[in-house]
Amino acid sequence: MVLAIVEADGDAPAESSLEAVTLAREVADRTGEPLEAVAFDVAGPGAGASAGGGPDESGDAAGGSIGDALADGLGEYGVDDVHVVSHERLDAYAPEAYAAGVEAVIADRDPDAVVAPGSDRGQEVLSQVAAGRGQSMAANCLAVESVDADADAGGDAVELPDADGSYELTRQRWGGTLIEEALLGGDPKLLTAAEHEVGFEPAADPADPAVHALTPDLEDAHFRVQVDRYEESDEEGVPLGEARVVVSGGRGVGGPDGYDQLEELADLLGGAVGASRAAVNEGWRPHDDQVGQTGAKISPTLYIACGISGAVQHMVGCKGADTILAINTDSEAAIIQKADYAVIADLHEVVPALNEAIRDAK
Amino acid sequence: MNTLACVKRVPDTGAKIVLTDDQRGIDTSTLGFTMSPHEECALEEAVRIAENRDGTATALTLGPEEADEQLRTALAMGADEATLLETGEGEWGPVDTATAIADYVAEAETDFDVLLVGNESADAANYQVGTHLASQLDLPFVAGIKTLDVEDGTAVAKREVGGGEEVYEVDLPAVIAVKEGLNEPRYPSMRSKMRARKQEVASAAPEPAGADCLEMVRLQSPADDGGTAEILGDGPDAAADVLEVLRDDVEVL
Ligand SMILES: Cc1cc2nc3c(=O)[nH]c(=O)nc-3n(C[C@H](O)[C@H](O)[C@H](O)COP(=O)(O)OP(=O)(O)OC[C@H]3O[C@@H](n4cnc5c(N)ncnc54)[C@H](O)[C@@H]3O)c2cc1C
Repeated sequence: MVLAIVEADGDAPAESSLEAVTLAREVADRTGEPLEAVAFDVAGPGAGASAGGGPDESGDAAGGSIGDALADGLGEYGVDDVHVVSHERLDAYAPEAYAAGVEAVIADRDPDAVVAPGSDRGQEVLSQVAAGRGQSMAANCLAVESVDADADAGGDAVELPDADGSYELTRQRWGGTLIEEALLGGDPKLLTAAEHEVGFEPAADPADPAVHALTPDLEDAHFRVQVDRYEESDEEGVPLGEARVVVSGGRGVGGPDGYDQLEELADLLGGAVGASRAAVNEGWRPHDDQVGQTGAKISPTLYIACGISGAVQHMVGCKGADTILAINTDSEAAIIQKADYAVIADLHEVVPALNEAIRDAK
Repeated sequence: MNTLACVKRVPDTGAKIVLTDDQRGIDTSTLGFTMSPHEECALEEAVRIAENRDGTATALTLGPEEADEQLRTALAMGADEATLLETGEGEWGPVDTATAIADYVAEAETDFDVLLVGNESADAANYQVGTHLASQLDLPFVAGIKTLDVEDGTAVAKREVGGGEEVYEVDLPAVIAVKEGLNEPRYPSMRSKMRARKQEVASAAPEPAGADCLEMVRLQSPADDGGTAEILGDGPDAAADVLEVLRDDVEVL
């Protein structure tokens, strides 16, 4: 059996969880095992906010509404059974309690592998499981595939699990700038799916999952860390992560005032403003605006990179964009190779002209 | 209040990464090195807490002999003490790394109230050294933190989630994994760099526990999309063409 950890977004599985399910399904298909999922029924501070288990007003501990709602969505992705963890003390996200819930399913079902989403919570919960077992997990996996360690790049296909029981997998390094081929041992194998990378697709054979309620034994120690409260952001405008259009400025913007034009363009397109690390380091923009390996990873319809050179660490943040438009004075800048469209010019001339053209056209 | 910040030495590369011939590492012959960005913030925070709450800040790195360079930077940024856990060649896995740090903490003369790590290192991004460290020391652990307030006996830590922040209150001592954006790391002055050069760096050479079950086989550069942008123009006149693309091709207008 292969187990996927699932977070809910409202009453549907979160996208990053569908990626985990998809990766888990790949493993299950290779090993001919069934695919099961574990989810959490939690109401309380921030429960739904980051997809941590849907708000269940009834507090029903019997697998309840969240399980049935999730089961619909997960069946489509080939999940055969859904284990819904709930507990009277689990009224808000608590990483060690969640890990104990996963452990309870492991004890009961003895999975070959546990796959978590590459979200903050997915990484955290599975790393808690790993720590409890003194075992490594493989974070940011792209595929569990058969790459013969001794063969040339490309490799020969071998069946999984291989002779010594290890999984051969690929995972991201350097935020996706490099791919690592690695061997993962352990029982069960613990891995997370690289967020926004693995993708998700409904299964060829949908299932009709049975929902099982589960109440783990939890002690005070499992609640040393728990969400105490949730504070809503007072930021106005479209959040960077959700914006359909992002207008980003780098060192080429030249100073904090230069962002006025970018703000205007973003407004006209109903989008948000982003920044490179260089601009953030200069203090021109807050870190929350940073796009890249150590900032936000976004996937807008359109990304407009103004005065950004296109360093690898920046590009891993915006490579999920459908279309990239670069505005740069340097036709040799790395971003010109990576963008779909470019204007080779001073952004301080082009952006105001573009703003005017858009206003006129509206 | 005493703090510990665990930092990692990583190649400082903004350009395309070139691999070594055996494909097991990055060709660093032409690269400088830096402190991994999340950890730089961990160190800055450790120094600030020590300054504001009357205690010491210790920087620790597990890495090759050359990671002395990052510890000197840490001292120049205000760390009071620095320790190198020397690994020699090759990279240690997350469990062995955490075990060596936990052993160091257990034996250190200083009792640390706040143990800071980066959320994930820039290179390996294993996301679990902090969790294993906390688990081995039996301490609470919070990850993904971008706001931190340390009070007597507790830390209030916040993590960004869609549309707001989750707030955690944990008892100290605790292990806290932080993200870039937590603070603005200071640039050390020339004077503090000079002083740091003369400061003592403690070192030890722990043996790897051999507990990791994740083993790197080989690195690859992802396939190069190698395209080139369609150039829409070279001055303000390009605005008309851009408008057309936005309207007709990308359909965002
Ligand atoms: C471990 C690590 C993590 C990192 N994480 C991130 C990250 O998350 N995000 C990130 O962005 N970076 C990150 N970086 C930094 C990254 O390597 C680059 O240094 C950074 O992205 C450069 O920012 P930039 O393109 O704005 O600046 P520069 O590289 O200085 O480029 C400025 C560009 O602006 C152009 N320009 C100048 N004037 C104008 C003008 N008037 N009009 C139009 N164009 C103009 C120039 O031709 C140039 O191409 C990281 C680095 C490391 C080592």
